[in-house]
Amino acid sequence: MKKTFAALAAVATLASTAAVAQDFKAPIQARQGEMRILGMNLGILGGMAKGEVPYTVEAASAAANSIVGVTMIHQATLFPAGSDEMGADGTRAKAEIWDKMDDYMAKWDALGAAAAEMQTAAATGQEAIGPALGKIGGACKSCHEAYRAPQN
Amino acid sequence: MARILKYLVAVAVLAIAAGLWLTRAQPLPDDALAGLSGEATHGKQVFTAAGCASCHAAPEAKGADKLTLSGGQRFASDFGTFIAPNISPDPTQGIGGWTLAQFASAVTRGVSPEGQHLYPAFPYTSYVRMTDQDVADLWAYMQTLPASDVASLPHEVGFPFNIRRSLGGWKLLFFRDAWVMDVPPELERGRYLVEALAHCGECHTPRNALGGPDLSRWLAGAPNPSGQGTIPALTPDKLDWSAADIAYYLESGFTPEFDSVGGHMAAVVENFAQLSAEDRAAVAAYVKALPAP
Repeated sequence: MKKTFAALAAVATLASTAAVAQDFKAPIQARQGEMRILGMNLGILGGMAKGEVPYTVEAASAAANSIVGVTMIHQATLFPAGSDEMGADGTRAKAEIWDKMDDYMAKWDALGAAAAEMQTAAATGQEAIGPALGKIGGACKSCHEAYRAPQN
Repeated sequence: MARILKYLVAVAVLAIAAGLWLTRAQPLPDDALAGLSGEATHGKQVFTAAGCASCHAAPEAKGADKLTLSGGQRFASDFGTFIAPNISPDPTQGIGGWTLAQFASAVTRGVSPEGQHLYPAFPYTSYVRMTDQDVADLWAYMQTLPASDVASLPHEVGFPFNIRRSLGGWKLLFFRDAWVMDVPPELERGRYLVEALAHCGECHTPRNALGGPDLSRWLAGAPNPSGQGTIPALTPDKLDWSAADIAYYLESGFTPEFDSVGGHMAAVVENFAQLSAEDRAAVAAYVKALPAP
């Protein structure tokens, strides 16, 4: 009886772990998608800042608008408790994010502020993009310094 | 029989004496940097390139607070946890009471003013290649920084690594002042930045079981000393960035794919962003010249 109970408990634990792991797949993919959209659009703006890609106000603004759009996504939805690198596969999000959620959100908001500046810069001209990119880079860095685990 | 015993005892005593002599701390002589006067403005550049504040600032200090070198950051390793000490100019808790020669002994020889070996968590193994003038300039600049009266904490290191004398043996095995890579003159600035000031090899080169660098795999990537994840390789078998990509990464923190720098490297980029474009290009040129391991 005791044995059966233990076995049942083990099965239940396994099942719930599997269920939990699946639950986190969508938010983790969404988070990484956000980062990919940011990276692709920063690549366009970076190419313009370096003079490798011709600047047009339309292309620059489209990239900047996309970055602003990402920063407007509500982050709490994508960061359910437990979806950190210890509790889930395929993520480098450190558990400290949940310990310091206010700081994490402040850093995300700082990215939003830098993105808004990029919108203005993109509409202003090629030479304005580099400095705005520097501010976005600062926002990326300050969050990744604290909250992203090293790659394996 | 008694004679053999006597002989053996004599040999043992000699061996111990030789061991103690070999593992002694070897500070610089008191007049090592005599006649050099430090120039604080250049010292600030040395300070930035050497990344002093990245480890010696208080935990989570930001912006100008990073120049108060009160210590307290923790560095986990296989040998225990090292806690960065206060190196602000405070005469009691910091290093304000040191002489230039004592400072140079600590930075380039890993010897404290009390004549003890320092742990190589402090990268004197790289700083040994610093020029005397840069050491004097660095010292002059550090005098201008704010003093902090926060006490340094003892390292959390267990037996046998808590016996500082054993570091004398470690130094015999692994402490070298020679350059790692032979380079043509146009790469010397980059080599000076990479191998001496910026101490890139401390994390990007793997270590053996005793914690000594495996120079046959120089900058070829390594497990993260904190125990989690890896430090990427900079060698051409793994890193295919152009020199311009490397320089731009050191300036902006963006990879060619516009991923961003993270972890402790974020602090390195913060420092390199303050150096000249020529220095970033020099580092990039050195990295591009690395051989595959």
